[in-house]
Amino acid sequence: MSAGPVVDAVAAGCLIGGALLSLSAGVALLRFPDLLSRMHAATKPQVLGLLLVLVGCGLRLRTGGDIATLLLIGAFQLATAPVAAHMIGRAGYRDRQADSELLLTDELAPVIDQLDRR
Amino acid sequence: MSYAAGAVAALLAVAGSLTLVRIIRGPSTLDRMVATDVLLAITVAAIAAEAAYTRDGTALPVLVVLSILGFTSSVGVARFVGRERR
Repeated sequence: MSAGPVVDAVAAGCLIGGALLSLSAGVALLRFPDLLSRMHAATKPQVLGLLLVLVGCGLRLRTGGDIATLLLIGAFQLATAPVAAHMIGRAGYRDRQADSELLLTDELAPVIDQLDRR
Repeated sequence: MSYAAGAVAALLAVAGSLTLVRIIRGPSTLDRMVATDVLLAITVAAIAAEAAYTRDGTALPVLVVLSILGFTSSVGVARFVGRERR
């Protein structure tokens, strides 16, 4: 039973890593210039940061029911975050927030032109 | 573990404050929605960290509900913004 402190230390590392990713997203939300780059920054705490925190929580709790709940949380988050990001990106493109000089390529614009000409 | 808990609490508090600044300033509604999603993820991380610190899994069902329903607000607002400008 000497593995307890080691597991706790790993859990603390996971929690701190997740919190650091959340902090990086907070800084990036303030500093990045437009909607799409802010969405890029927003995915870090939503996926990797949250999963790291959940792994740390599971390493601390170590009971079957709690770990099953944590797995459910991770699965639902992975299933729903892309839906929200897709809808926001789509609304942003239609709202003309995406065509700035910051875009290197815009692969959707030729398709829309082609459809408009029909 | 208590040092780690303090560090995690401080990091998440700073992250949440920066996200709140973006929600207040953010030029468009969609910027605010992105920041709101991030704030929700930070809230989930904070509740999970609290559960990890106290070794008490009572709050975990709240996180299940948040992770299922958290995206509905951004989907709804994204639809609303799309309709509004047309």
